[in-house]
Amino acid sequence: MLKLVAAGLVVALAAEPAAAESPNLGQPIGEADIKAWDITILPDGTGLPAGNGNSAQGARVYAEKGCAACHGENASGGSNVALVGRPPLDRIEARKTIANFWANATTLFDSIRRSMPWPQPQTLSNDEVYALTAYILALNNIIDENEVMNAQTLPKVKMPNRENFIIRFPNRL
Amino acid sequence: MSRKRGRDQFPGFEFVAGNGLIDRRALLSRGFAAATASAGASLAAAEPLEIDPWSRAPGMTTVPIEPRSRFEAKVARTLTNPNGEPRTQHARTPHHMLHGTITPNPLHFTIVHTGSPDIDPDKHRVVIHGLVRRPLIFTLEALSRYPMRSQMAFVECAGNSAPMFSKEPIQANLQALHGLVSCAEWTGVPLSILLDEAGIDSRAKWLIAEGADSGALNRSVPLRKCMDDAMIALYQNGERLMPGNGYPMRLLLPGYEGNMNVKWLRRLTVTDQAAMTYQESRNYSPLLPGGRAYKFYFINEVKSFITHPSFGSVLKAPGYYEISGIAYSGTGRIAKVMVSADGGNSWGEALLQEPRLPMAFTRFCMPWQWDGQAAILQSRAFDEAGNFQPTRAEFVSKRGETKTVPNVIAFANQHYNSITSWGIERNGEIRHVYA
Repeated sequence: MLKLVAAGLVVALAAEPAAAESPNLGQPIGEADIKAWDITILPDGTGLPAGNGNSAQGARVYAEKGCAACHGENASGGSNVALVGRPPLDRIEARKTIANFWANATTLFDSIRRSMPWPQPQTLSNDEVYALTAYILALNNIIDENEVMNAQTLPKVKMPNRENFIIRFPNRL
Repeated sequence: MSRKRGRDQFPGFEFVAGNGLIDRRALLSRGFAAATASAGASLAAAEPLEIDPWSRAPGMTTVPIEPRSRFEAKVARTLTNPNGEPRTQHARTPHHMLHGTITPNPLHFTIVHTGSPDIDPDKHRVVIHGLVRRPLIFTLEALSRYPMRSQMAFVECAGNSAPMFSKEPIQANLQALHGLVSCAEWTGVPLSILLDEAGIDSRAKWLIAEGADSGALNRSVPLRKCMDDAMIALYQNGERLMPGNGYPMRLLLPGYEGNMNVKWLRRLTVTDQAAMTYQESRNYSPLLPGGRAYKFYFINEVKSFITHPSFGSVLKAPGYYEISGIAYSGTGRIAKVMVSADGGNSWGEALLQEPRLPMAFTRFCMPWQWDGQAAILQSRAFDEAGNFQPTRAEFVSKRGETKTVPNVIAFANQHYNSITSWGIERNGEIRHVYA
């Protein structure tokens, strides 16, 4: 059965006409075969995987995975940035934090999944990433302690600073 | 501080601005040699010549990859994280010890967030997918068969010059202040060819570029830029990219902030929206006075700085010097650079060396007769799009300055492009000043 599906995919890809008068040296590849690399999450939630997690589970993952080694106990900061805190944006060098600055909650899931923990990126399960995301959002009082983060709830989280951005060069978009 | 000061003391030069700035046309004329010769007439005669030891015996054996002279060991990048601790590593270009417009590859600045990956070029590939009709994957070998384009282009971190947001001038050299910009000839495949082959969907507006580093650094790039002058660069100054610059392939977006020029490029996802990645959500959205912030800044605006003389060097005696520096703009070719030796009271037009290319370093120079008195050297660049460097007062009125003096390696804010001022003291020492 799998072979049949694969064969069908090759036919479908081959049937798509290539650009005329171009080298066309790229090899067609199906989206299913890109899946292992396809980790980008968009602000509307596109790309969020199945799974879920809450703050209490996230606190356990934070301890188990040694996140405190860089980000400190209770995510209060260490050799790398604090993940909690909302200092005022009262100076141009103010410390930008998740709570006082980030516009999209999806960025949190995306960046944890792609790059954390530092020595072993992309080893967390999707449930663990949702749990860590919930833990950090709850520590910052952006969601309630009991809220579950998943593909439906995370894009709906309203980040406090989301309205405070000005597009610098709109004519370049 | 007057034009007269230089004129009276050094007859024979045509002065164009105060404190001894000489008309750039002097550099082009044969009369210049006579004028400098007469100005230097007071120098003592040289010692009698002897044959030097290196001329008395055969020299070194030629090796396949030539190292620099052992006397040039100090010409090196400065590092912020030499032991590779779990945080970002910065390496800054020593512009005060270089000349011309091309940054040698081992001295090109780099910022690496999770270490440079050790990529086997025969196994690396880049995929284009998302809102395209045919998702495609390219090996390095396949890309190497495409029509190549070469372009001189500067790459600059948006945080370059960040120490100049400080409310007081930080006493640091050019490398510390402006070392996060470099310029190279990049050779690679125009991205538009590959995107056309994949077939862009009509809903597409953005392209999310992602690296193969362990942090999988990613940035959102407007599709417009990708179809305009973006390339997948494979070569840097004629050789394959340096590891810290994205070996074996990187995105090159001429004039756009360095972080968007994604290194170790492995994936290009065509989308209808920006991803708001970690980098663009946090680091590259500069805070404004009052608490709001810019997003999608992208462009490195017109900038210049004097490399010679600059902080750290000492003028040993009054007399002739060439003021020289670098100008560049993310909005086009440099049209003009004005130089002042009196803190901006009067300006003379610098000579621009060729080639003068868009989105690339342009070297400017200005002949100068220093009379041994206090002077403030400044440069101000103008580009062909009509943009020019704001004065510091103009810049700060819009973008603000810090409340406390930051660490010189910290990034108080991003996209600083005002004027750099070097204060020449009567003893020949040079300070960083605001003027």
